[in-house]
Amino acid sequence: MPDSLNERKEKLAKFRKTILNKEETSCPVNIPDGLFVQCEKCQNVVYQRVLDANDGVCPQCGFHFKINAAKRLTLTVDPGSFIERDIDLESKNPLGMPEYEKKLAIGKEASGMKDAFRSGTAIIGGHPVAIGVLDSTFMMGSMGSVVGEKVTRLIELATDKKLPLVIFSASGGARMQEGILSLMQMAKTAAALALFHEAGLLYISVLTNPTTGGVAASFASLGDINIAEKSSLIGFAGPRVIKQTIRQELPDGFQTDQFQLKHGAVDLIVERKAMRTTLIRLLGFHEGRCQ
Amino acid sequence: MMMNGYDNPAWEKVKLARHPKRPTAVSLIKRLFPDFLELHGDRQFGDDPAIIGGLATFAGRAITVIAQEKGTTTDEKIHRNFGMPHPEGYRKAIRLMRQAEKFHRPVVCIIDTPGAYPGIGAEERSQAQAIAWNLREMMRLQIPVVIVVLGEGGSGGALGIGVGDTVAMFENSIYSILSPEGFAAILFKDAVQAPQAAALMKLTPEDLYGFGVIDAIIPEGPGIHIDAEPGFAAAGEFIARSLATLCDRPIAKLLNDRYRKFRHMGDFYEMQEHQGEAHETKD
Repeated sequence: MPDSLNERKEKLAKFRKTILNKEETSCPVNIPDGLFVQCEKCQNVVYQRVLDANDGVCPQCGFHFKINAAKRLTLTVDPGSFIERDIDLESKNPLGMPEYEKKLAIGKEASGMKDAFRSGTAIIGGHPVAIGVLDSTFMMGSMGSVVGEKVTRLIELATDKKLPLVIFSASGGARMQEGILSLMQMAKTAAALALFHEAGLLYISVLTNPTTGGVAASFASLGDINIAEKSSLIGFAGPRVIKQTIRQELPDGFQTDQFQLKHGAVDLIVERKAMRTTLIRLLGFHEGRCQ
Repeated sequence: MMMNGYDNPAWEKVKLARHPKRPTAVSLIKRLFPDFLELHGDRQFGDDPAIIGGLATFAGRAITVIAQEKGTTTDEKIHRNFGMPHPEGYRKAIRLMRQAEKFHRPVVCIIDTPGAYPGIGAEERSQAQAIAWNLREMMRLQIPVVIVVLGEGGSGGALGIGVGDTVAMFENSIYSILSPEGFAAILFKDAVQAPQAAALMKLTPEDLYGFGVIDAIIPEGPGIHIDAEPGFAAAGEFIARSLATLCDRPIAKLLNDRYRKFRHMGDFYEMQEHQGEAHETKD
């Protein structure tokens, strides 16, 4: 439950008690958790069902809420066309890091996934593609061995089948619980993209909220076309780390989608509602080839 | 659990890797590549003093040297930004590596950085893109690339010049996903517990060798902060040996081996190996 909603409820109760001198005797409106959410941009409280029907976009201000991988796939691919691959990969605890298994279990519970990445083949507006989606509900979409391996296999599949590649990123970066092995997934995914690139195939990277750290500094930044979804935080270092390092306030709009467009890191900013049609257009431009 | 001093060898390594008397890359270059000629600039924005690059002859071959330099005196450290590169540093590095490829020179990269610099300018010029680009490009450089971790191998900032055919670490160096302080701040919500974090992180050369992430450990004798010569000589031998092997290798095999090396990194379960596991597809 968002804080301000609780605050309002408390204020109302206080108001009744003190001003109206009346206890809340009649059955109070008991709002179940998850029915409403608060928009982090305009602070307005949004009815969850309205938000869902609006593809996770705030009807008041247009802020794009995070959406999970399943929802992303539904919004992106032709109905029923997604064939998932590599579903049997699960994380180990190679460093024996305390609490890691617990965090994995929480991630599985929260997302219904075995790890933070779903991948496979699909059709988008009639175009066959290899597609992958990071899901930030699973341990912040962080990249450990499983995510790195699945991304790499997807790229290798696309290279092998000569398919265009579309990856939606949403990640806090490399997964620190797997230490150096997570770091090396950056090199591994970039290696697969090197071969994909040499094969002359199209990679569209969609950076969504948030895309930072080791994911931003590897496959997410290497698209032939880099798209920032509206309302996304994109960068290498997190704002908190930068603030601690430079000991000054960060400028307004730092590391936003607009910031990345202005500084030339992305080709375009696309709203969620226009994402599928934009992808179809881009895929269309790459169909015919000059001999 | 207090783990300081001698009962925590990982933290000992961290302290040695950052030792104030530990020689930096310029010392190693001076010792191994006395005719080193520095070349500057990324041809796009500027010249990053945290990464130096240039030409040298080594064991009878012209080579390109790329190195992260922390600086020794206070003024130097500030000038070198404590070895924390900006995007233009990574872009200079890849420019010089491409140049090396054109002239068929092998590349030697020396890593010593706390990490890529987290600052406003670095983000404006896309630190993430600069590092990502190097990872992809270094993977396919048509020349041998030898990597040596001299002191601190700090995360993506180290990896940004760290993709190569053989990777070695000095005996008292570290290589990690983030600093022990950063790790402790996240794991224990307390940066002061860095020693405990270091013990968990598996960041020593022995750990990385065990994971197959590095190929060799360069012995330091008494430690290069006490006497640089034994470690520097050993590094020279390692580089000479690596180049002798790699330069004879056909390019196709060299690139294939490099790909395979990084392709196999990681550790996970795959249930298919177990018979009779249920498969379910969710959409």
